[in-house]
Amino acid sequence: MLAQVTHILPITLLRRERLLSSPGRVVVRKGQKVSATDVIAEIRLNPQHMLLDIARSLNLPVREADPNIQCQAGDQVSQGDVLAGPVGFTKRVVRAPKNGRVIVAGEGQILLELEGPPVELKAGMPGIVADLVGDRGAIIETSGALIQGVWGNNRIDFGLMHVLARSPDDELKPDRMDVSLRGSVVLGGYCRDPQSLKLGGELPIRGMILGSMDAALLPFALKVPYPVIILDAVGRRPMNPAAYKLLSTNDKREVSLNAEGWDRFAGKRPEVVIPLPASGNTSLPRDVVEFLPGQSVLVTRAPYAGQTGTLSNILLGLTVLPSGIKTQAAEIRLDNGDNVVVPLVNLEVLV
Amino acid sequence: MATSTVDAESLLSIDVGSITTRAALFDLVDGRYRYLGSGSVLTTAYAPFHDIGEGIRSALDRLQLVTGRVLVGGDERLIIPSKDDGSGVDTLVATISAGPPLNMILLGLLEEVSLESARRLASTTYARVVDSISLNDRRKPEDRIDAILRLRPDIILATGGTEKGASQSVLKLLDSIGLASYLMPEDERPAVLFAGNQALQDDVQKSLGKLLRLQFAPNVRPTLEVEQTEATQVHLSDLYRSVRSRKLSGVEELDIWAGGGLMPTATAFGRVIRFLSKVYDPIKGVLGVDVGASATTIAGAFNGELALSVFPQFGLGKSLAELVEYCSPEAIARWLHIEMSASSIREYLHQKSFYPASVPATAEELHLEQALARQVMQMALRKATSFFPAKVMRYGPSLSPWFEPIVASGSVLTRAPNNAQSLLMLLDGVQPTGVTTIVLDQNHIAPALGAAAAINSTLAVQVLETSTLHNLGTVISPVGNARFGTPVLRLRITYEDGREVPVEVKQGSIEVLPLPAGQSAKLNLTPLQRYDVGMGGAGRSGGLRVVGGALGVVIDARGRPLKMPEDPARRRELIRKWRSTLGC
Repeated sequence: MLAQVTHILPITLLRRERLLSSPGRVVVRKGQKVSATDVIAEIRLNPQHMLLDIARSLNLPVREADPNIQCQAGDQVSQGDVLAGPVGFTKRVVRAPKNGRVIVAGEGQILLELEGPPVELKAGMPGIVADLVGDRGAIIETSGALIQGVWGNNRIDFGLMHVLARSPDDELKPDRMDVSLRGSVVLGGYCRDPQSLKLGGELPIRGMILGSMDAALLPFALKVPYPVIILDAVGRRPMNPAAYKLLSTNDKREVSLNAEGWDRFAGKRPEVVIPLPASGNTSLPRDVVEFLPGQSVLVTRAPYAGQTGTLSNILLGLTVLPSGIKTQAAEIRLDNGDNVVVPLVNLEVLV
Repeated sequence: MATSTVDAESLLSIDVGSITTRAALFDLVDGRYRYLGSGSVLTTAYAPFHDIGEGIRSALDRLQLVTGRVLVGGDERLIIPSKDDGSGVDTLVATISAGPPLNMILLGLLEEVSLESARRLASTTYARVVDSISLNDRRKPEDRIDAILRLRPDIILATGGTEKGASQSVLKLLDSIGLASYLMPEDERPAVLFAGNQALQDDVQKSLGKLLRLQFAPNVRPTLEVEQTEATQVHLSDLYRSVRSRKLSGVEELDIWAGGGLMPTATAFGRVIRFLSKVYDPIKGVLGVDVGASATTIAGAFNGELALSVFPQFGLGKSLAELVEYCSPEAIARWLHIEMSASSIREYLHQKSFYPASVPATAEELHLEQALARQVMQMALRKATSFFPAKVMRYGPSLSPWFEPIVASGSVLTRAPNNAQSLLMLLDGVQPTGVTTIVLDQNHIAPALGAAAAINSTLAVQVLETSTLHNLGTVISPVGNARFGTPVLRLRITYEDGREVPVEVKQGSIEVLPLPAGQSAKLNLTPLQRYDVGMGGAGRSGGLRVVGGALGVVIDARGRPLKMPEDPARRRELIRKWRSTLGC
């Protein structure tokens, strides 16, 4: 059976496709070195438009208005430029209300696309531009440690990581958020106080990695100006031991956070990357894995949610769970030494 | 590899759900069509595959193992038609619900007329309405254009203008669509389905035809009083298929396998329910309830007239994280017989949305998952009921119409640890009235039969006649007003062996009378307190013959609508009692 996969890897090659949702302008070149926050492509994704009723403004029928239009599709115009006219005794004209580009001119109307700031697509992790993808974006390649999470607030940044979590379930309280953290990425265990998030914005910090967070804080976390990544759960749960060990042993290293939301359909997932030099045999992580004995696994649901262990045996046929549900299951030797039975669909293979 | 519909015998169905891809095989056994087995695997529409083909191939492998029939040749291609050596199949039908719901913008003239019909249509497939444009829309045209550009709809459903009615105002509203589409990259432009004033077809074709994919359907509101949506539903299904094909690898190939007949799972499910409504008592409707990961589907059919509603916001998968936008955690908790905090419920909703394929391993999580099923069924049914024909028989406007039977699907219902749990979820979620039979589509074959009905109706009929649908039992739900504990129904059950058992049922209780599958019995019902048990009016007695099911005959006298005590401890105690009576 195919397994769900979570990457918690001390060293791996990483290749990520970063694409605009629509064609835009790619601003990097192949082979270029980029940081996580470097812009690799931009697009005027949701430009504002203005529809000018020329016929009405000139007080003319539509067919008489068109010959008086002084611009055509594609023209760049500045605020105050004459777009149509003059007509009549009073030399009536229609001027551009703002800077922009003429999209359509005719049928007595002009559609202007107004100038506005472009939407920028950031690299999301430090690395090299391995390839360009037409007018959509680029493929970024790097090596380092990779830790994937379950929730992110759609922001990207990088900085030196400060490990504040003294244990996987250590609560990140506001009194721990002091000025020494300014400009850094904070590693906490569990967060339930909105004040901790607020202080992060005021210092400001460059990112926050948590094992778990109270559900009530999610709307607040979406608004903070720095990336927030939850690795394990909404609610209170210790950070999974594999992620905690890897992150806590990299204190004061630079980490990059791509806190995009988990979207299985688009293949996006919140990720923490710790850039590290690749050794000779570093390879890309495996995304397609079948369940096999000996694999490291993470349990995603109660009663062993968040615990890691080793898959020791895939049980034949269907197993009746304590809930009474029958499903395919496996015996897992948890890291604490307990042997337990877990449904395969409640497991993620750590590779 | 188009399928032949001539002299077709065996049939393979493939359903690509958001969690599971199923392949099922049907063939003639002793001259009658039977369901032979199925193979299920996880759907591969998502990363890292992004191609449903992988899952389909694995499901076929499983099916080959289960049935022992070779379906895929050495060249890795499906064997169609079947060969003399018994390998292959003669026809293939396919359904799909995988992938995010389509974004849809509705356009109509009047909020309460054409836009209302458009809304009704949009709810018949896996779609979310992201915006509506009508005469009441106070936005400037450029703001509408910007909204369309920002929302990137997959489909725009344009209605408006009765026949010989408004035309210029409809065309003016369509201007925004044309301009917005012109500004989009060609491959991202929405498909437009025009189902308004038919006299405008030439004008609409002229203004939009060169810009985007345009389809025409009969006017959904030919007059202010008449609504006709059936033909447009077919066009909408076609558009759903074409958008899915464009955005998801493997869908186009599956559609070719199915001879161009790939359809949304909900549409196929609705077809079976409509078919059943022609077979069963015409006074009552037939209800189909499918609680899936991608959506909850409600199909109500009344003597051949289908009202289909798909609610992606009420799916038990990824969308669960947003469920609290539609109901409070407390509303979910009232279905629980165990204590659980609102924050625990919120956390569960998020965790399940992170891992939609996961299953509850503990009893506590199972109870919560079943509470969610009750809640989404109730919310979906409440919304869907407003789309049912006005003439349907019911005891009151807030009560469920008369149904016979109720067909339930979705793994939370069909994979519950026992039949009693499945039944109680349905009794709570649907709250049927009068006398009805409740059956489970345990193998999720109803959509396959709906899809098959168009090319092999005999197969659909014969498979439905066999015991493929699992009969949970006959449910009698008296309707009336009495205090808790008051006797409201006396009944006598007479078994085939002549044994008679009298029972008195009190308001607020559930009673179970065993009647194994394959047996039948006669029931004599005498309502008290002017209760109505579906015998022709309040207080009227009567008799009926019932067939056995997994739980026999169940009398649900808990009241309609079901009102539970406000006091949490007393409520939980009562739920525990009901569970115990049913044998949950």
